[in-house]
Amino acid sequence: MSEVRVLVGTRKGAFVLRSDEQRKDWTVEGPHFPGWEIYHITGTPSDPSRLYVSQSGGWFGQVIQRSDDAGKTWEAVSNDFTYDGVPGTHQWYDGSQHPWEFTRVWHFEPSPTDPDSVYAGVEDAALFHSADGGRSWRELSGLRNVKSDLWQPGAGGMCLHTIVLSPDDPNRIFVAISAAGAFRTDDGGTTWRPVNQGLQSGDELPDASAEVGHCVHSIAMHPSRPDILFMQKHWDVMRSDNAGDSWYEVSGNLPSDFGFPIAVHAHEPDTIYVVPIASDSHHFPPDGKLRVYRSRSGGNDWEALTHGLPQSNCYVNVLRNALAVDSLDSCGIYFGTSGGQVYVSADSGDHWLPIVHDLPPVLSVEVQILP
Amino acid sequence: MILVTLPTHLRALARVTGPVELAVGEPVSQRAILDALESAYPMLRGTIRSAVTKERRAFIRFFACGDDISHEPADAAVPVDVASGTQPFRIIGAMAGG
Repeated sequence: MSEVRVLVGTRKGAFVLRSDEQRKDWTVEGPHFPGWEIYHITGTPSDPSRLYVSQSGGWFGQVIQRSDDAGKTWEAVSNDFTYDGVPGTHQWYDGSQHPWEFTRVWHFEPSPTDPDSVYAGVEDAALFHSADGGRSWRELSGLRNVKSDLWQPGAGGMCLHTIVLSPDDPNRIFVAISAAGAFRTDDGGTTWRPVNQGLQSGDELPDASAEVGHCVHSIAMHPSRPDILFMQKHWDVMRSDNAGDSWYEVSGNLPSDFGFPIAVHAHEPDTIYVVPIASDSHHFPPDGKLRVYRSRSGGNDWEALTHGLPQSNCYVNVLRNALAVDSLDSCGIYFGTSGGQVYVSADSGDHWLPIVHDLPPVLSVEVQILP
Repeated sequence: MILVTLPTHLRALARVTGPVELAVGEPVSQRAILDALESAYPMLRGTIRSAVTKERRAFIRFFACGDDISHEPADAAVPVDVASGTQPFRIIGAMAGG
């Protein structure tokens, strides 16, 4: 029987949740790195025992931890994220120019085939790559040639939080930045171009359809259809059928089209999930009801998934890295909240159970299926 | 030998439980102590001072012999009692929160 391992990053440490494929009974291990902010903990597809952790804090900065034995032991690897060349400036909250400053790693994306190859998305926004398991990092600085003087921080900072590797083309990578937009490379990261046509951000930008500056919160892709992308933008749920060349809105009947994460079902490429949040100023669900919304048609038609989730007096948030799906036959959906709950559905979202109630605020959730 | 005390999080990161002892050549300065500390415990690089500029991180303080020497020049000699190993060079996470 397979083991299910859920990796949870929180404001005060990392936790590892384990179950079998029934996903009913769980053990909780942690906290690892107690007291530190864990923006992301993730496993490596080609070596599930290889874990990468972004460990950071306001006092002591950024530490990168690596485990080669599924978290039994850890090794601090390089935390030297030096920008390539003169970093320059980007737009600050007040519209003035502000120097580029490294703050933290938001997201790791390991290669599907090489456990030593891993990408890191950082704040202030940039993409780094390591070919030696995190012992050194090199910026793919061509990304910052794309009108980066117009990029600006969102409420959480100017972060590169989403990295999507194309499964059929190793030279194609998508990234998303708050608040700069979505970008694509087709040459392995040397050159990039914005892929934001169709996004509308009239409440945030002087030019609603600007080439860059959009606050993209998350992007998801099903590996069987690498040209179809789904996006949760600051406001609006969007879809592209041409690898980001253009986007159209699929918010449909959602109660709010503001939110952070978006995910695709493991076996149904047209089944997608979002967690609507009332607004950018509220950061809690509409009507105090925690509802995951599922579309089985690739957007526009959405159904509320509520069974097992609190439907009154619930005012938590679900952040962009805190929604994940597993690859079991009955697809599991997982998410963590700012209230410290981690929920699981073992039946594609129809029914939910809390795995834990009282962790620190959850920043990221990843899931691994182990033989 | 120079004695250096670390805040809790950095002791955990360095996998030590008490003060660390470092051999530091003359003249003993903040920079020399931190160079020796990061050489002996490379996992601490970037956590006390910038790995690039070597500037002290904003929420880090250096105490010695009852004084805050955080704002002394990095190459200034530390107090004699620290240089002789009688008193520790204390690395502190600044008070913040409430």
